[in-house]
Amino acid sequence: MLHEISKSFGATVALSRVSLSVVAGQVHALLGENGAGKSTLMHVAYGMLRPDAGTVTVSAAGGIATTTHGFPSPRAARAAGIGMVHQHFTSIPALTVCENIALTAGWTETGRAAERRAESVVGRLGLPLRVSDYVESLSVQLRQRLEIVKALAANARILLLDEPTAVLAPREVDELLNFVREFALGGGAVVLITHKLDEVFRVADRVTVMRRGEVTLRDVIAEQTPQSLSRAMIGADLPPPIRLEARTGDVLVRASGLRLHRRGVAADRAGIEGADFSVRAGEVVGVAAIEGNGQRELLRAIASVDDIAITTGSLDVAGPVGFIPEDRTTEGLIPQFTLAENLLLGTIARSTRWLAWPALRARTGELLRAHDVRASGPDAAAATLSGGNQQKFVFARALAGKPRVIVAEDPTRGLDLRATQVIHERLRDAARQGAAVIVHSSDLDEVLALADRVLVVARGQVRELPRDTPRDVVGDTMLALESVA
Amino acid sequence: MSIAAPMRAGARDLAHVAGAFGLGVVLLSAFLAIAGFHVAPALSALWHGAFGSWDNFTSAALVRATPLVILGLAFTLGSKAGTLNIGMEGQFAAGAIGTTWAGLHLGGVPPVLAVAVALAGGLIAGAAWVALPVILRMKLGVSEVITTLLLNFVGVAAVSYAVTGPLQEPSRIYPQSALIAPAARLPHLAAGSRLHLGFIFAIIIAGLLSLLLKQTAWGFRIRSVGAGPRAALIIGRMPVATIAATALLWSGALAGFGGAVEVTGVSYALYQNLSPGYGFTAIAVALLGRLQPTFVLVAGVLFGALEAGAAAMQRDAGIPAVAVQVVEAVVIITVLLTARRRA
Repeated sequence: MLHEISKSFGATVALSRVSLSVVAGQVHALLGENGAGKSTLMHVAYGMLRPDAGTVTVSAAGGIATTTHGFPSPRAARAAGIGMVHQHFTSIPALTVCENIALTAGWTETGRAAERRAESVVGRLGLPLRVSDYVESLSVQLRQRLEIVKALAANARILLLDEPTAVLAPREVDELLNFVREFALGGGAVVLITHKLDEVFRVADRVTVMRRGEVTLRDVIAEQTPQSLSRAMIGADLPPPIRLEARTGDVLVRASGLRLHRRGVAADRAGIEGADFSVRAGEVVGVAAIEGNGQRELLRAIASVDDIAITTGSLDVAGPVGFIPEDRTTEGLIPQFTLAENLLLGTIARSTRWLAWPALRARTGELLRAHDVRASGPDAAAATLSGGNQQKFVFARALAGKPRVIVAEDPTRGLDLRATQVIHERLRDAARQGAAVIVHSSDLDEVLALADRVLVVARGQVRELPRDTPRDVVGDTMLALESVA
Repeated sequence: MSIAAPMRAGARDLAHVAGAFGLGVVLLSAFLAIAGFHVAPALSALWHGAFGSWDNFTSAALVRATPLVILGLAFTLGSKAGTLNIGMEGQFAAGAIGTTWAGLHLGGVPPVLAVAVALAGGLIAGAAWVALPVILRMKLGVSEVITTLLLNFVGVAAVSYAVTGPLQEPSRIYPQSALIAPAARLPHLAAGSRLHLGFIFAIIIAGLLSLLLKQTAWGFRIRSVGAGPRAALIIGRMPVATIAATALLWSGALAGFGGAVEVTGVSYALYQNLSPGYGFTAIAVALLGRLQPTFVLVAGVLFGALEAGAAAMQRDAGIPAVAVQVVEAVVIITVLLTARRRA
């Protein structure tokens, strides 16, 4: 399907003679660290990027379509039977499900005619979507289903999925993977990009691993083990995670009878409606939740940032809080500012009048060295750093304030395996040195791997689960299923 | 903030602007030729009017550059905090009214004090003129782009009212005010030159603004709010709305100061057409100067020279001054287009 594709951005070689063939009836997993070129390859297949060299071939019932320089546009790719689900949602919240489908598929019908057509597509795929619903009212899971419907609306037979499970709870992941399986059984071809090796083994027939723009492994899945795939991805075995017994100290965070909500938003939309818990020095408490269940508001209330109002109850936080916001590039950093300026951003005191740049630069330089942040120096713009190094910097800056409590929102989102490991290590180190660490991740496995205790936030309710609660029980609690009550 | 890096970028920017000016002149020549004028005498008049003699450069070019630089800096300050002050024409007018009113009542006051009071009158009037947009932005989230723009028309109308009503000269014949007290006038920098102390003020403000933005916490907060309002709020824990409002208020005050300098330095009285659109041209000056105070100063001088040359072209070669607006437009478009391509 893709033959010897090469693509460079300036001096950076993103893809170097990469070939990938996907067979009808099979699920093909595409693995690799961030920046390995997976998404770039898919963008070439979907006509979003033109390759510098190489061919894209699609054989269909009606013949074979070969393009010497890739498809000129996603429209052409769709016409050849390719559908793509992007890493980020691409639906328009203010439009209905039907309108979003029609927009992507390029339908000319409107109104009832379009709705009937959309209903037939949704029905054929067996998905529980109401076509007249506005997308903004949909849950994260349904939004993602809509992405799939959009990809398939034009009768796609090849489906490209770019990290579709990142935002889903375990049960939702199961449903998605079942759907993918069935689509393949029905004669479709699937390319699945993921970071999660267990998903690969559950659903894929074949696997291709990329590293720095080249294919490092290509095989049927039955011949591989998680260790062999991991080696192919990062070039070395990952050290096993170290779990130390937590030695806990004083209670640093205590919530009792806590109810809170975001100011300016209806109280029942985004808030916490009952939280009683405490976090001690020296422990890592994981917060498991699916997007939009109130965990964001809870974490921000603890860090006392953003506009959160406590309605009833109390929230006591002892000592300075280091906060690591979810969105690195809009909330954690100012990308066009230098690192020294970004350090100042997080450490500037209300009473500061004149700025001492030489001292600030020197401090930034020390911070970069102490935390192994790869940057050309304190004058480098934050935007020039890789995601992992940006996060290491954000973390270093949070620690520079000598916090007793650390609150981290999804601190490894979008980072590759190695950078994720480093951040995990830093979080554990901080706890070991006596901080109370509260960490949320959209990836349940990450929460379970990191945390000494787990708090689940579902529909505004906070519930602590005993240590070693099985993974699927945690997952069900996240979905607020009654079976756990 | 490295000092070396922006300097290198700055040299490139200046080369860039110079190239854009060159292209502008070429296009102007083509335009003049097509319109049936003699190109050589026209360009000669343009050059001569701007740079032909020391007196032309100082009395014509730099005098015109003064309000453009001050207003360009006013726009820069607002923009650094992420606000768009499109209302400098109105604030300039308000400042001119405030200064004229003050200046008419300053007979018998010692010169230094009189000048200070007159200039303060313009500063306060400019701030007052932008106060309504500031309040609407903070309280109701109304975009200052719309409110400041609309208040331009009110400001210009207010000048018309003032010079035909409360501030009209005693004989009540001409639509203009009486001359302000001599003590409230800015001194000329040299005998026989029209260049006044206001140009020095413009240079000082550029230096001061540059220093404030780079070396003080106040300026850093403004830049943070403009460049990354979410990060300024979450990580910097800054009162983002208040900081932006403060910057907008000072932007308006500075634009009012521009009007004050024009009245105390050039016109000595309030006229209906005191500003030939300085408040709008200055936006181009600020953008051309990449919102960096020292470059804004240079861009303002270039535009002042263009306008002085245009006046000479009209006077000596009989070419409509609007032709020079073609050059200004071409310069801006060229700079913006090439900047886009580079990025």
